[in-house]
Amino acid sequence: MRDAIAELVRDGDTVAIEGFTHLISFAAGHEIVRQRKRDLTLARLTPDVIYDQMVAGGVARKLIFSWLGNPGVGGLNAIRRRIEEEPVAASGEPPLEVEEYSHFGMVGRYMAGATNLPFFPLRSYFESDLPKVNPLIRPVESPYGDGVVYAVPPLKPDVTVVHAQRASAAGDTQVWGLLGCQKEAAFAADRVIVVVEELVDESVIRADPNRTIIPGLIVDAVVVEPFGAHPSYVQGAYDRDNRFYLDWDPISRDEAATQAWLRDWVYDLDGRGAYVEKLGAERVASLKPGPAPSGSVDYGSYR
Amino acid sequence: MSAAGDFTQSEMMIVAAARELAGQRVCFVGVGLPNIAVNLAKRTVAADLELVYEAGVFGARPARLPLSIGDPTIVTGATSVTSMFELFGFYLQGGLIDVGFLGAAQIDRFGNINTTVIGDYDRPKTRLPGSGGACEIAINAREVFVIMRQSKRSFVDRIDFRTSPGNLGGPDGAARSRSEQGWLGRGPSVVVTDLGIYHFDDAGEMRLDSLHPGATLDGVRETIGWEPKVADHVATTPAPTDEELRLIRVELDPGGAYTK
Repeated sequence: MRDAIAELVRDGDTVAIEGFTHLISFAAGHEIVRQRKRDLTLARLTPDVIYDQMVAGGVARKLIFSWLGNPGVGGLNAIRRRIEEEPVAASGEPPLEVEEYSHFGMVGRYMAGATNLPFFPLRSYFESDLPKVNPLIRPVESPYGDGVVYAVPPLKPDVTVVHAQRASAAGDTQVWGLLGCQKEAAFAADRVIVVVEELVDESVIRADPNRTIIPGLIVDAVVVEPFGAHPSYVQGAYDRDNRFYLDWDPISRDEAATQAWLRDWVYDLDGRGAYVEKLGAERVASLKPGPAPSGSVDYGSYR
Repeated sequence: MSAAGDFTQSEMMIVAAARELAGQRVCFVGVGLPNIAVNLAKRTVAADLELVYEAGVFGARPARLPLSIGDPTIVTGATSVTSMFELFGFYLQGGLIDVGFLGAAQIDRFGNINTTVIGDYDRPKTRLPGSGGACEIAINAREVFVIMRQSKRSFVDRIDFRTSPGNLGGPDGAARSRSEQGWLGRGPSVVVTDLGIYHFDDAGEMRLDSLHPGATLDGVRETIGWEPKVADHVATTPAPTDEELRLIRVELDPGGAYTK
């Protein structure tokens, strides 16, 4: 992970660590903080606790998003301190730049980026104030004379990070469970880092090609980092650690406590292995789900 | 059988919201209170209801009620897992969603919703989560249900930011916008609060149709930022049944996360 982040993430980059609740690469986010990258534009539909931690770690200049919260818990407090009037005035630091869409708008931006189109049209934003505060959301007339829809511009991250269940050494990547828009974000990106629970032989990939969302063709680095998505989850491998998301709320409300957390869990550790060890075997074991295997299908042999 | 007197305002709100889903087929489930209301409906008045989650699941059968709506339990046993592009593109924008069930921080008399900021956008007093999928759900779901607690801060004469459009400034403008701009939905139809149930009248405005047991008209007026329209004959919402309360307390929310 250290080498992948050092080589592929550069100061000033636009970085997308995607994954909708599922498969969020906290390990990559923490490594970016540890290496003290600066002036990043962070893109994600739901910035989640990972971007709250990264903003607190001082890596970000700007945020591109569609839903800014700690699901079921409340706000993202470190990010709010960089946006809201009172704390921004009190700290004297420049506020975080924000560029805001709806979910379908963000998905459409990745889609336009991945398919090399100048914009993505959608039936949203009518009579909403969102286009007033984000001039990149623009009305566009149908060339076929059937009215106006809204357009969003392509989003092409410099780097997209995708966490997944498994990949081959060549980077052919398989995912099951919520798919979010990792595939779109990866194809839209200039550079792609895949982080996996397990490295598998190419034959495992080829035995089930329907499950491959990203081919090694577009992957620049494969990092094996078991438990690398904690406190988010990996379908079938470990559960979402809701206790962590609840505990983050009081920590993140206090700047000193937030920085102390980053010191204990990011700066003072050399990587995810040490993080998992510090978390403890009991906590790790408590997140193991019961089994629910899929049936298998027969692709057939055609010689 | 009713357990009247032995339930909280939050439980009454969730039960009332669930009952409004009777007869509905496909429901897009929003984060927070909608999640428990829809899951209760599935177990009571709407067994055939298809639960759609913006995370990319159609036909979810959640075995537990999670903190987040992107939880692994919505995947295991579901009819289909889709990319978010397919979910928003094929299912929502394709016109397959009957009810979009949303929460809100602020709402006005015409059902316009703010989930973005309190105060000025550039220098907000409070930064809220923003749209998520709500903006396109409000426009494209055939109808929109809202569940939220009412207070002078949340039921306001003017919302600070219009994240998701409702009936705009009244029915004529709203109808014109919907037809000219090709919205798929008819807009908001139900608002359920901790005090009562509102539907929308011909003027596109919220009208109190039912008061929950123990709630009063004075209590409603004290927690709403405009003079509310009230039906000629306001009903009393039937109290939660023992079975509805059991489902909430034992099956859906044993930790009391939604009902406190």
